[in-house]
Amino acid sequence: MSSTIIKINNLVYGYGRRRIFDGIDMTIPQGKITAIMGPSGTGKTTLLKLIAAQLTPQEGTVDFDGDNIHQLSRGKLYTVRKKMGMLFQSGALFTDLSVFDNVAFPIRQQTKLNARIVRNLVLMKLEAVGLRGAADLMPSELSGGMARRVALARAIALDPKVIMYDEPFTGQDPISMGVLVKLIKTLNDAFGLTSIIVSHDVPETASIADQIYLLAGGKVIGQGAVAELEADQTPQVKQFMQGLPDGPVPFHYPCKPMAQEILS
Amino acid sequence: MRQTFIEFIVGIFVIVAFICLAFMAFKVSGLALKSGSGFYKVEASFTNVGSLKVRAPVSMSGVKIGSVTHIDLNPKTFQAMVTMEIDNKFNEIPQDSSANIYTEGLLGSNYIAILPGGSLKNLKNGSVIYNTSPALVLENLIGQLIFSLKGGSKNDSSTSTSQTNQSLSISKH
Amino acid sequence: MNVVTSIGRWGINYCQGVGRSAWILSRSIFRRPRSLESFHLLCSQIYAEGWLSLVIIVVSALFIGMVVGLQGYNTLKDFGATQALGQLIALSVVRELGPVVSALLFAGRAGSALTAEIGLMKATEQLSSMEMMACDPLGRVVAPRFFAGLISLPLLTMIFNVVAIFGGYFVVVRWLGSDAGTFWSNMQAYVDFRVDVIGGIIKAIVFGFAVSWIAVYQGYNCVPTSEGIGKATTRTVVYSSLAILGLDFVLTTMMLGGW
Repeated sequence: MSSTIIKINNLVYGYGRRRIFDGIDMTIPQGKITAIMGPSGTGKTTLLKLIAAQLTPQEGTVDFDGDNIHQLSRGKLYTVRKKMGMLFQSGALFTDLSVFDNVAFPIRQQTKLNARIVRNLVLMKLEAVGLRGAADLMPSELSGGMARRVALARAIALDPKVIMYDEPFTGQDPISMGVLVKLIKTLNDAFGLTSIIVSHDVPETASIADQIYLLAGGKVIGQGAVAELEADQTPQVKQFMQGLPDGPVPFHYPCKPMAQEILS
Repeated sequence: MRQTFIEFIVGIFVIVAFICLAFMAFKVSGLALKSGSGFYKVEASFTNVGSLKVRAPVSMSGVKIGSVTHIDLNPKTFQAMVTMEIDNKFNEIPQDSSANIYTEGLLGSNYIAILPGGSLKNLKNGSVIYNTSPALVLENLIGQLIFSLKGGSKNDSSTSTSQTNQSLSISKH
Repeated sequence: MNVVTSIGRWGINYCQGVGRSAWILSRSIFRRPRSLESFHLLCSQIYAEGWLSLVIIVVSALFIGMVVGLQGYNTLKDFGATQALGQLIALSVVRELGPVVSALLFAGRAGSALTAEIGLMKATEQLSSMEMMACDPLGRVVAPRFFAGLISLPLLTMIFNVVAIFGGYFVVVRWLGSDAGTFWSNMQAYVDFRVDVIGGIIKAIVFGFAVSWIAVYQGYNCVPTSEGIGKATTRTVVYSSLAILGLDFVLTTMMLGGW
């Protein structure tokens, strides 16, 4: 097994009294695609933000490439963040900048390269996602799938070690979904990246993931390679992987029995 | 290109705003007069300054030549000491000129009017104007008017005006 | 018991809010600027906040000047004191109406837009993604908007003052036929540059500081949903207006108290 790049130990996090994570352990190997899956509302996006140290956990640690990321000073943290890229659910392109400037943004912020080199770098990244022709468009002129590909080009602009995808497939038509799946796989293999995908789209994610963590109720309920999880007979895992409407995760929101409510 | 345009507009905006500031300085607050060639200070003591305020204008023949900068009470003579600054442009005002406190209109605010004298020496920084007449206090005027209308005895009217006479004699030294 | 507890909780939340906003502000202000880029960002924001507010400022100033002139004329003519109109208009505009009305309009026009813009950037995760690219959004997004507000409002106030005085001039002199010479000379006799004009501009600077601070904080701290942004925008306008009027009272007291 290859070396570990991110190690999460006994992570506890919650807003107020509500606990979102109740002791989570994960190891994410370098150079592989790890998927974090689970029903909506289990805090998968929150987990990414904890890994990126945008949020601080109540207990537990996250080791990123040897650093305990929540103990770092602001300046150190920013250095470490250059090793991560994140693709946000909405794309999060800067609406006041063109596609070219969006991709150039992290390069201009972090380096003092001259305009020619920046231009070449940006065009290379855009070429990688197939949107070199759209360099002069504004984000409002892009379709949802294109916007996400531009955001992907921006996330890999600084050649990070780890790239985190927050719900990359949500709200995409089948074609752009296929394009994104292929892109994530290609980028991972071609650039030697480590990818973390947060998603609840089982078939697309399963088709490229090397390893899957299944979250529910603040705990890890299943982990392993795709085939292992598909064969898993634990009711919760089975319900999620096969998309059954009723099971341990109930169809009904908790309430009084129907008969009691009608007759009262 | 767009950035240059924005910077151009912002430049215009700033320039327009400062033109407005200059307008307020010169046209609205008449700064030119004061900063023209400096001032010299002159003092005068009055038995009564009425409602004269600091920054009230000092004028001569109706033209503004300076302003009041300071009003204080002399603790020995119980007279009001008024310090005013007069523009250096008007530096040939005779030393024996008199200073009077007048009122603009019936209910307007007080100002100091300088009436030129005939001396060959001129007022300069630190000079004192000895020839002053105090503010007319409306109540006193009305009081006098009532006495004269009553046709009261000479004795009465002389006591009523004695205050004013006395003050005039003091101020004339 | 419950009432006391809720007052206590409100107090704690309030203090936390003030502390957090001061922290955000200080972190935006005290930073090493990246000279040229910061200048470009600042210019764009002055354009958006200052220049684009100019129309509403000029139109309002014109009407306010005209109304003050008209009202003043009708009141003062009963006392035969219409010669004091220049002084009345100039002093009321330069000391009070200029800074206060410009600031109120600015809060409504630019402050609310600022909050909504920053709030939407937060909702669409632009701020988070900036942080992920190791670029502090306080420096890139918040600081230029704050400084632009601080610079724009005094400039707008200067323009407001002059336009309002001209509005008064048109009504009093051109329309009602007062004497132009009296109008201007009376104004010059009673308006002091240092005390009145500069005092008014100091007020505008303080208001600019308050409005920008409130707007930026409300945007940065809002709940990133459409409802949260709406509420934050409302709060910006309400808090800014109250802050402007309250600060105006404090500043006027200080200035009249021989400061």
